[in-house]
Amino acid sequence: MDFGTFLVQCLNSVQYGLLLFLVASGLTLIFGIMGVINLAHGSFYMIGAYMAFSLAPLFGDQFLLMLAAGVVLAAIFGYLLEWAFFSYLYQRDHLQQVLMTYGLILVFEELRSILVGNDVHGVKVPAWLDGSFALGSVMSYPWYRLFASAACIVLAVGLYWVVNRTRLGMMIRAGASNRDMVRGLGIDVKRLYRIVFAAGVALAALAGMIAAPMSSVYPNMGASVLIICFVLVVIGGIGSITGALVASLLVGFVDTFGKVFFADLAGIGIYLLMAIVLIWKPEGLMGRRP
Amino acid sequence: MSQGNSSKLGWLLPVACAVVLGVAGPMLGNYASDFIVKVMILSIFALSLELLVGTTGLVSLGHAAFYGIGAYVTVLASGNEGGNLALLLPAAMGAAALYALFVGALSLRTRGVYFIMVTLAFAQMAFFVFHDTKVGGGSDGIYLYVRPALGKLLDLENRTVLFYVVLAALVFTYGLLALVRRSRFGAALAGIRVNEQRMRAAGFPVYGYKLAAFVLAGALAGLAGFLLASRDGVVNPELLAWHNSGEVLLMVILGGLGHLRGAVIGAVAFTLLKEIFSTHAVMGPLADHWQLTLGIAIIVFVALLPKGLIGLVQRLSPKGAA
Repeated sequence: MDFGTFLVQCLNSVQYGLLLFLVASGLTLIFGIMGVINLAHGSFYMIGAYMAFSLAPLFGDQFLLMLAAGVVLAAIFGYLLEWAFFSYLYQRDHLQQVLMTYGLILVFEELRSILVGNDVHGVKVPAWLDGSFALGSVMSYPWYRLFASAACIVLAVGLYWVVNRTRLGMMIRAGASNRDMVRGLGIDVKRLYRIVFAAGVALAALAGMIAAPMSSVYPNMGASVLIICFVLVVIGGIGSITGALVASLLVGFVDTFGKVFFADLAGIGIYLLMAIVLIWKPEGLMGRRP
Repeated sequence: MSQGNSSKLGWLLPVACAVVLGVAGPMLGNYASDFIVKVMILSIFALSLELLVGTTGLVSLGHAAFYGIGAYVTVLASGNEGGNLALLLPAAMGAAALYALFVGALSLRTRGVYFIMVTLAFAQMAFFVFHDTKVGGGSDGIYLYVRPALGKLLDLENRTVLFYVVLAALVFTYGLLALVRRSRFGAALAGIRVNEQRMRAAGFPVYGYKLAAFVLAGALAGLAGFLLASRDGVVNPELLAWHNSGEVLLMVILGGLGHLRGAVIGAVAFTLLKEIFSTHAVMGPLADHWQLTLGIAIIVFVALLPKGLIGLVQRLSPKGAA
């Protein structure tokens, strides 16, 4: 492997890792704060990707506008879904949450198949992000992937800022560690949950929209990203956003370089990583001991 | 979750069912016989998971891996000439148990939601091994050319023989798990489900007990996989897919946790439900979208029947209200 290829693969790893982080951070928020194990989180990513496929022709080159519209739609969808469905799941035990959100996946998958069919689709890269950035003769790298990485970094920083520096973030952190105390302080917990859930859905859908022009849009994408997210959460530690970030980048590297070196067995690399972390630190890299 | 007044008559119903099936077996038509064999195999699969979820309180979402491994080993070890049942069956169960030992040893270091996620992830890893490599024919799977046999005595190619072998396996599994639940080991597992801390404080090697249960459950799922491969004559990676793990977990909870009968009832009910939802004669055009109706049914069932179908029976009969 020459230096240029190596550099390209490194950039790919970071880009993939950041994208995973976007999905996993939504899962971490929802799980860490509401204690709901949500198998349908991958579906939100899939919904985002299909939304990009359906919205792209309407918006043409206004890619950013499309992303904004998609995020708003996804957030509204998440808000309604929390109101109609998830708000009833909080009191249930994990087993029932698993099964009900599993049922929800079947519903989403079938609705998708009714609305858009089961074909694999591609989404065009917007014209202003087409082409590649060249670094002399060492390497060239698609502009769109750079844009995707940049967007994910901006979002990650924004998320960090919201969670650690704002009043909403303070309530979120307090709600994660002690729900009753937050309620006791007179904060509308119901509304807080609804907002956090909507944000989690919007983040996953946004990741799906950003991913759509890079990878194809296909029916099973929700399930595969969900399982990778679970691996991330196990590696990073439950409820830790920083842990999710570290784990995402690690998994991004292992997966990308695994595909370069061991084409056949690339799928297994991240599970080996998970196994190693479990042997070493069962609570995850940044998790608290239960 | 006591067994209530069922302890005295509890064994009568399952034995009666087995006898009826045993007598009726040869009289059934092809469709009914096929369907019952399928349900019996799924019952074994669900029973093996019930040992983890219902008895020990370990919610595993990756049980399909052991089922699939049992099925794949059966086909891979059969070769073109067909294999000896006496060798294939232990091989299938042993391979599943071995993977269960690996997964269990790691995943049991975690608990609760972590455990759910880790078991799911390891099952997915097994899925990718068969899906992405050529070991098992990739995503197309592989065919079993000649079904397992034991001399001239037991040839699974024969429908009636297959029916009785599956029935015997179900009776064996049910009986074994009933014995396990009555044993000291089973009592310890139940204790772990109720209060793990106390069991540990009482000096029980909790990790070892849980691992033993995990491996036993894996081996029995491997048995179900062996039977499935023998019935279908084909295996593909979908057997290990997480949808399958979700479905079997659903069977267990649909029937009712904490009862062996629950797992069997759940397997029967779920298979019937799926069959009905995908039949045009019953559902009309909705049959094409059976996943939608099934998904909604799952949500409604779990919402309305948190204790499963057994709980429904108990609620309706005033005596069993305990």
